[in-house]
Amino acid sequence: MDDRVILRVGAKILIPFILLFALYVQFHGDFGPGGGFQAGVIFAAGFILYALVYGLGTAKRALPPTAVYVCAAAGVLIYAGVGYLTMALGGEFLAYNVLRHDPEHGQELGILLVELGVLVTVFGSMVAIFYAFAGRRKVQT
Amino acid sequence: MSHHLPVLLVVIPLVAAPFAALVNRPRVSWAIALGSAWWAFLAAFALLRQVMADGPIHYALGDWAAPYGIEYVVDPANAWVLLIVGMIAAVVTPYALLSIEREVPDARIPLFYAAFILCMTGLLGIAITGDVFNVFVFLEISSLSAYALIALGRDRRALTASYQYLIMGSVGATFIVIGIGLLYVMTGTLNMADLAQILPELEPNRTIPVAFTFLTVGITLKLALFPLHLWLPNAYTYAPSVVTAFIASTATKVAVYLLLRFFFTIFGASFSFGEMQLDKVLMPLALVAILTMSIVAIYQDNVKRLLAYSSVAQIGYMVLGISLASALGLTAGILHLFNHALMKGALFMAMGCVMYRVGSVRIERMNGLARAMPWTMAAFVAGGLSIIGVPLTVGFISKWYLIQAALEQGLWPVAVVVLVGSLLAVVYVWKVVEVAYFRDLDADADIQEAPLSMLIATWALVLANFWFGIDASATTGVARRAAEVLLGVGS
Repeated sequence: MDDRVILRVGAKILIPFILLFALYVQFHGDFGPGGGFQAGVIFAAGFILYALVYGLGTAKRALPPTAVYVCAAAGVLIYAGVGYLTMALGGEFLAYNVLRHDPEHGQELGILLVELGVLVTVFGSMVAIFYAFAGRRKVQT
Repeated sequence: MSHHLPVLLVVIPLVAAPFAALVNRPRVSWAIALGSAWWAFLAAFALLRQVMADGPIHYALGDWAAPYGIEYVVDPANAWVLLIVGMIAAVVTPYALLSIEREVPDARIPLFYAAFILCMTGLLGIAITGDVFNVFVFLEISSLSAYALIALGRDRRALTASYQYLIMGSVGATFIVIGIGLLYVMTGTLNMADLAQILPELEPNRTIPVAFTFLTVGITLKLALFPLHLWLPNAYTYAPSVVTAFIASTATKVAVYLLLRFFFTIFGASFSFGEMQLDKVLMPLALVAILTMSIVAIYQDNVKRLLAYSSVAQIGYMVLGISLASALGLTAGILHLFNHALMKGALFMAMGCVMYRVGSVRIERMNGLARAMPWTMAAFVAGGLSIIGVPLTVGFISKWYLIQAALEQGLWPVAVVVLVGSLLAVVYVWKVVEVAYFRDLDADADIQEAPLSMLIATWALVLANFWFGIDASATTGVARRAAEVLLGVGS
């Protein structure tokens, strides 16, 4: 794809904004539509665009498949970790009230962390699926 | 700690799964799976004891009170199912170590165990939650991981079998979520207890019967009731032996539990069986399943496939008990959940041992196998006796209750079908026994007995078949309490 300058430059301009928009959807999730799942998909879409334009090899150098697997698993750990933390602090599983000095801040922090876990897992899974399909060799017929 | 037990039962395996994937060492992943399976078993056992002694346990997730938040509710009916899932997982995991090393490529073993733990988590979650949307979420967790587990089978046909199951399972899940959506539209709640309270108060309308129908079709697809069983034989045949043993003994049982929960707790027996006349649909299908699937089983050359068809027939027995809609019928159905898990678990694990040593479970490869693998084949015979329903086995107890329940309502043709089903089971079990015991071992065959760890696990289930067949007071006691809870008599 070396000759497709418009595509390469266009993607280069777009990708940072896509990633930024993903973070906006993530952090704005508690006021408006959005949240971890959507943010994870958008973040992965930005990355997959990079892989499509600059090639799978370059993408895998930037984010090795192992790291993708770790992301997919780590998100679940973040999510459940918040739950365990609230239990350790004396609440029920995922009772965010106990996370901070007052319930309101506790809820805000708790949902943000849980959605972060969702973002990480969704991002990891999306990219893992992309790698799995993109990495397939053509079947000999 | 004990206060948090309901949620810990589910979230400890949930956390174990990513760890099993991350450590990336087959044996360590296995150890993590073993730990979470035994945790589930012991925690479920503790919950069952607590529920039988002190009544239902409620746990509000995130401190959001029901009906607004998600609530976990444990009563005798689902504690029973939790115990089945935990017990089978605890028996299958020690067995899995060698069997999986033989049947699954090394690089995939950690992911296999991660999917295995997730599948167990999903099944436990379906059983324990008191929220219908949460049911759907856990259903997807268990189903998606089950598709992955089945696809790991050594035979390439495992991929198409898994794909077929994926399509059928997704159709079923979609129907279930449409049904749940319609219920939510009409009632504005997703909490099971709340739904049960609001539904009878609604004006007569068309939406609730439609929701009921969607849920019935979706769940019967998941539990493989004839004629929606088409995904099952291939999935059971080509999946790794461990997966077949685990899924055959748990996944369909959990789906049957879901059926019970929706029909009895949420819609109520008078709506399901009075207005919707569910028994008129379920009973003929169950009877046809028992007869035709047993006959189809007789003609199979692959013993795993034979057992798979037998499973569809056995599901017929469970649904038959439910369709009688009496306390005794429900007791029989719920009892058979547990008993069938014991017998099919033992039979599929015996076949896993054969797969380990012979590399095939086709019947023509089993000539004289009882001489080379006496313990394995003895386990198969014992499990077979239980499927047939010979006295002193759990199969007998199930059928005894089922026939009693049928005769209680004067339905003697139903009782006859149950007996004919048993006779057909004699034929398909004998088919294997004849080949394994009464033919000569192939001269060039160099086959040894299965490894000890696999034999011990298999025999643990075989002995449970006899233990609970000889002294059924514990199992029937719980099953009766569960039936009473579902019918809303007693507490």
